Amino acid sequence: MARTKIVLAGEGGQGVQSIAKILVEAGYEANKEVLYIPNFGVEQRGGVSIAFCQIADERIGEPRYSKGDIIIMLSDRAIDRCETYVDKNSTVVYDTSVCTKKPTCECKEIIGIDANKIANEQLSARVFNIIILGVLLEATHVLELSDIKNAMELALGKKFDAKPELRELNYKALEMGMSLVAQKAGV
Amino acid sequence: MAELLNLPPNLPKSQNAEVGASKFCPGCGHGITLKSLGNAIDELDIKQKTVFGCDIGCSLLSWNYMDLDTVQTHHGRTTPVIYGVTRANPEAIGIAYMGDGGGLAIGAQHLVNASVRGERLLIIVVNNTNYGMTGGQMSPTTMPGQKTETTPYGRDCSVTGEPAKAAEMVAAIANKSKSYVARSTVSNPMKLKQTFVKALKNVENGGFSFVEVLSICPLNWRTNNVDTFARLQQMEEYFEVKEFLAPESV
Amino acid sequence: MVNKLIKEDTKMFLTGNEVLAYAANSAEAEFMYGYPITPQNEIMHTWCKLLPKTGAGFLQTEDEISAGFSTIGGILAGKRAFTATAGPGNVIMQDAQSMAEMMRIPFVCAVMQRGGPSTATVIYAQQETRLTCYGGNGEGFRIVYSTAGHQDLYDYMIKAFNTAWKYKFPTYVLADGYQGKMREPVMLYDPASRGITMVPTEKALLADGEIGVDRKSAHMRNTYNMEEELMEVLDSYQVDYDKMAEDVAEWEEYKADDAEILVIAHGIVARSARTAIDELREKGIKAGLYRPITIRPLAVKPLREAVSRAKHLLFTESANGQLAQMVLEKIYGLTTPYSTLFKMGVGVTGDDIVQKVENIVKEGV
Repeated sequence: MARTKIVLAGEGGQGVQSIAKILVEAGYEANKEVLYIPNFGVEQRGGVSIAFCQIADERIGEPRYSKGDIIIMLSDRAIDRCETYVDKNSTVVYDTSVCTKKPTCECKEIIGIDANKIANEQLSARVFNIIILGVLLEATHVLELSDIKNAMELALGKKFDAKPELRELNYKALEMGMSLVAQKAGV
Repeated sequence: MAELLNLPPNLPKSQNAEVGASKFCPGCGHGITLKSLGNAIDELDIKQKTVFGCDIGCSLLSWNYMDLDTVQTHHGRTTPVIYGVTRANPEAIGIAYMGDGGGLAIGAQHLVNASVRGERLLIIVVNNTNYGMTGGQMSPTTMPGQKTETTPYGRDCSVTGEPAKAAEMVAAIANKSKSYVARSTVSNPMKLKQTFVKALKNVENGGFSFVEVLSICPLNWRTNNVDTFARLQQMEEYFEVKEFLAPESV
Repeated sequence: MVNKLIKEDTKMFLTGNEVLAYAANSAEAEFMYGYPITPQNEIMHTWCKLLPKTGAGFLQTEDEISAGFSTIGGILAGKRAFTATAGPGNVIMQDAQSMAEMMRIPFVCAVMQRGGPSTATVIYAQQETRLTCYGGNGEGFRIVYSTAGHQDLYDYMIKAFNTAWKYKFPTYVLADGYQGKMREPVMLYDPASRGITMVPTEKALLADGEIGVDRKSAHMRNTYNMEEELMEVLDSYQVDYDKMAEDVAEWEEYKADDAEILVIAHGIVARSARTAIDELREKGIKAGLYRPITIRPLAVKPLREAVSRAKHLLFTESANGQLAQMVLEKIYGLTTPYSTLFKMGVGVTGDDIVQKVENIVKEGV
């Protein structure tokens, strides 16, 4: 039974929940079984923000899981908070340009990417999370690029229509994210 | 003479004749208040669309006192039940009937918020300056120096604060042009009825009404007739009897 | 009359709170009274957003006390009214819920459990199980559906209105913060298309007809003078309750027929148990699930039968045995041993259950 369990964690404001929503929307539109739980604290802003996403071929049972297949950690606090979801089969992705340390957990693979730096220097700080979405897409291989683009259109279509260059910027960020993982995988 | 005694009592049509002898204590102010209210309902001919809600405390004894559709609720909760009704049924005239404890202590948040929102109902707070049903404890309106079971040496305002003035508070926070706010007294039943008429008319017009009724509790006050009314007179001096807000339409 | 928005089968990808608002509309609910508390807020948000299309009513009250009591007012006025709450809000709403219980008011409430006691977390728990079933100063004459996902939320929210209005006991949809906030696909439908007719509402106050001509004035009370007077009323409620229980009690079994280890769980935890049971079966361990859907009243006969068949029970909850306590009372006399996996205010995963069951097996059952 194919089921991919994703944990996405970062600081409030990094756009973790936004990309989780696009990801599961893409899965839903692609006729997959999907389930998404945003984990939120008492405060509406700030604090570690975690999204638990599942994309599967069959009906999903447990809404929460002990261990994820891919865990994305976008801050030091996210590393501290999320190592508990890692086991030997997990792939861990962390942002080297945000985190000051490296995850130390035992797992299948740890991939360091500098999405934040790339966003700031080459694209725009606003598409940092879209780069991460690209990373996720490439790292999980459960959805097609076109699925994600459709879901982005549903979430951001109005903004894109008002400013067409935004669409290009987001697509570029998405592809940049995908290539970041592809490069690492090649090394 | 015997025939005279057999005449039915002169009750308002909106009072329940079947209820028999009043369950209120001898000399209680609720009887006067409810009869005045009944006469006001009769005068406006609104019996068939009135919903009467009563609280816990002595006011609960009115649960079958009126020939009105009635719901007896929990302590302090009559106001939300009745605006729940009038929100759902815009035709209904809602009356929430309670004592000073229900209105100003345990249900104060509902009084405040119903006043501010301009809920379409009449809230009646019968103020007898103590919790009658539970045996005469201090209430928010207990007079300075008044002896109650929980202030056996007299209410010490340096410890308990001053008596709450409900009508003043409601008048300060309610919408000035749509609210009728008054304090009346059982010492003048005719005037009390006229106050209820205006208050109910304002609800019929879509407004919010609040009437505080200064009332008597000879049992817990431990007063005879003369002393009871002397005490009521003191209350009338302390709590100003007047209309605080009255829209032109009433 | 409100406008129903779902006219044909419509698959949607929603949060559970959104599902509940749609379900209430599909059930022809006319009025919601509510007060903000996480994690149930989006029920109100969605309900309010849909108002121009539905023509229903809404009142944001000053607290949950008012939300509960004004819901009662709306129901007495003859409207299919409801409310929703969670955590500390559920605690203070017990005042109104107990009045609804005493006066047989068809009160409908969605409870989205969060961590407790006190403010605790706004996220998730199963710690309002006992409160929702037995809160208030009474006997728990209530009907509580515990849901395990979005389809349940939709199905049972619609059902809750009919159960409440048919049997006149307060009826609850007991879910949790996960179900409220999570998104998964759900099939929305017009109840009529599933053969469901909504039970007509009645006006307890200002009913049709003139007082003194067609009918007497209604005098509704919850106060009684004499002990015996009260007992007579409550005894008659108990008779009604027991009779109702036969029609209303629901449960679900999953691979329970030949299960040696029977997991007993409700709500979303039962869903984790399904995942675990599939995994355990693959490993050759005969595990099964018994899930009470109505946790009040419990379906006692099938429960006892399932328990009798099993060699060992595992109670698992995101609470410290609130359901287990209710179940144990109903299976008194049976000798099936049991273990527990209780995580107070924390989600139970499939892995948690697999490990626990494996340990039970290892220790030799």
